[in-house]
Amino acid sequence: MRTFLPALLAFFSVITLTAQNQNDGVIGGNFQVDVQSYTPDSLIGAQNVPEKVRSNAFLNLNYTKGNFSAGIRYESYLKEILGFSPNWGGKEGNAGIGYRYARYTNDDIDVTIGNFYEQFGNGMILRTYEERGLGLDNALDGVRAKLTMIKGLQITGVFGKQRSFFTVGPGIVRGIDGELLLEDFLKNFGDNLSILPEGWRLRFGGGVVSKYEQDLDPTLNLPENVLAYNTRMTFQAGGFALDAEYASKINDPKTTNANTYNPGRALYINGSYSAPGLGINISLKSLDNMDYRSSRRSQLTDLVLNYLPAVTKQYTYRLLTLYPYATQPNGEIGVQADVLYTFPKGSFIGGKYGTSININYSRVHSIDSTRNLTDSTAIEGNLYTTKFMSFGKKLFFDDFNVEIQKKWSKDFKSNFGFMRQYYLKELIELLPGTGAIRSDVITSEFIYSLTATQTIRFEIQHMAVEHRKVDDEGNDKDAIKDANGKTISPKLDNNNGSWVYALAEYTIAPQWFISLFNEYNYGNEDPNRRLNYLSGNIIYVKDALRLTLGYGRVRGGILCVGGVCRPVPASNGFSLSVSSTF
Amino acid sequence: MKSLNSLMFIGFLSLIMCMNAFAQDNVKQVIPAASIKNIKGEKVNSATITNDGKPILLNFWATWCKPCIQELSNLSSLYDDWKEATGVKIVAVSVDDVRNSAKVAPFVNGKRWEYEVYLDENGDLKRAMNVNNVPHAFLIDGNGKVVWQHNSYAPGDEEKLYEVIKQVAAGQEVTGH
Repeated sequence: MRTFLPALLAFFSVITLTAQNQNDGVIGGNFQVDVQSYTPDSLIGAQNVPEKVRSNAFLNLNYTKGNFSAGIRYESYLKEILGFSPNWGGKEGNAGIGYRYARYTNDDIDVTIGNFYEQFGNGMILRTYEERGLGLDNALDGVRAKLTMIKGLQITGVFGKQRSFFTVGPGIVRGIDGELLLEDFLKNFGDNLSILPEGWRLRFGGGVVSKYEQDLDPTLNLPENVLAYNTRMTFQAGGFALDAEYASKINDPKTTNANTYNPGRALYINGSYSAPGLGINISLKSLDNMDYRSSRRSQLTDLVLNYLPAVTKQYTYRLLTLYPYATQPNGEIGVQADVLYTFPKGSFIGGKYGTSININYSRVHSIDSTRNLTDSTAIEGNLYTTKFMSFGKKLFFDDFNVEIQKKWSKDFKSNFGFMRQYYLKELIELLPGTGAIRSDVITSEFIYSLTATQTIRFEIQHMAVEHRKVDDEGNDKDAIKDANGKTISPKLDNNNGSWVYALAEYTIAPQWFISLFNEYNYGNEDPNRRLNYLSGNIIYVKDALRLTLGYGRVRGGILCVGGVCRPVPASNGFSLSVSSTF
Repeated sequence: MKSLNSLMFIGFLSLIMCMNAFAQDNVKQVIPAASIKNIKGEKVNSATITNDGKPILLNFWATWCKPCIQELSNLSSLYDDWKEATGVKIVAVSVDDVRNSAKVAPFVNGKRWEYEVYLDENGDLKRAMNVNNVPHAFLIDGNGKVVWQHNSYAPGDEEKLYEVIKQVAAGQEVTGH
């Protein structure tokens, strides 16, 4: 740490010196400081925080000159805001340089040393990324090269170790990926060479990733090099697109998959069609044992190498985000269909200003698998066999949603929505015995412009919740209640039952946002926990600078107020956030 | 780790100084080079986005971001007039990751938006432009310089935005921000 400050001073003097030069590079960056105070609130389950006030902050500094660029990110977790992994702040808080890189790029090659974020195909075998608001950062630290010297063909190679908080994980990650754009590639051999009809596009890709980690296990014979690969194809013609990717992984026994020697595999298919006013998207995803990490011992979000997103709709309305689905990397099969239609202006339903409707349906099941009884005593063996592409009996998640947006006049707009959802809580939140949640949610939003720059916005939402018991086979049953009508099974946690939500927001463009909202858990089975979560925010924006001051009880989830969306953890107290881009 | 970090840092300093010595004169670069995808999912270099010396409004958004959709919907009805009067081009960069990126093209079409749309699935351009949260808009003048930027959206922001675009299109200094 002692050498850090002089280094920073030196850095700035270099910048200042070069800034006087006509041929200077460009320096840019951004920062964000979040401060949160904590008032103990046993009713909502807000923990007693001994530090009383905590803060997360980061500052990015990027320097670009011609084909060169370099940058650093300084991060501090003093201590980390609740909701972030406690590994960020450790016991005493942590601060330091979490990311630094240098890069050279021209038309043929792009080389990075230091930290980098990379994604192969759809990310099913490799995706390193950051989500600062969630405290996720699994950047690789090493070297990456991208070659594009042949038209239509791009090759990417990586070597690195993966970031784990302020250190790196034990594994070494190697990977190579290629992507071929058929029509462009053929042009290398002749300008008029083409095998596809006009307007059709065909793209192929494939990648290989291997992780090396020493086997120090005294009993098991573990693979030290774990290989994963993917092959993918995209076809496009007019408004039609089809995208398919298959990924596979060799046996990779570890904590998160109960040390099974089964290989892993995944298939993702997405088809879409669109024309002006209409968008249709259908996807299917099947996964079996695809949890892939650079360390066998890591858990949760630490040292994850791949990305397996949920095939469900990502909601923003507050009550719709209460029970969000999370992908089950050890096995699931899911489908999703999404249709968006905008009625033309001037039509009967479209009216003068247009109306759009969005319908989404998704359903996720277990994969059809049988435990291998013969192998159950063997130390090293396949624990189960699966029928890869068939739906298992257990329903994990089911969700139907309709949203209608209509602009009634120049000054008035409304949005209405309905959602019906089934959420297998005991599986998704790893809380055995908590059963499933069946909910119906109605959302409404009204936006009214008072003047050209002043707007008021109201939201009212209601969520009706029913708790379901689920037996070992996955059958959905009515809850079991005692003589007083209190639920014995499934187990209920603090937030249970129905909710109502209301928000009022007043904005003066382009600078001020003032909002007040309340969530009321009126249907909680425990009368003492029928709580109001009242909270208010004042936001000031000037260009890229944003200052937020908030106070109140906040339940966890994605919060979208003041024109920006950000995940926020549960708390009670003051919050202050400052961010800017320079 | 910390002393190692500092050492690395000093290493980078030397590298930057070397860059100053070796780098050639600046080519007029509109948008930093990052690997993004066009609406068809084909990889493109963001530095190739241009508008023949006229202003570009670069808008970062996502399909799950309500204020972003509100902003792009409101701009959509003004776009034709603005284009005609100032030559401005609106480039909408979606930061949706693979969970939603396949939905972007049907979404944009379904909304009848006529913007040039790109996918920044892994945040490469978002990082290169130092974007914290969406929506975040940059106004880039004919010389490739960012002359104005704004984070967040409130209905009515377009009033101020159009004033700034007109100033930039006329080659004037951006005032009053």
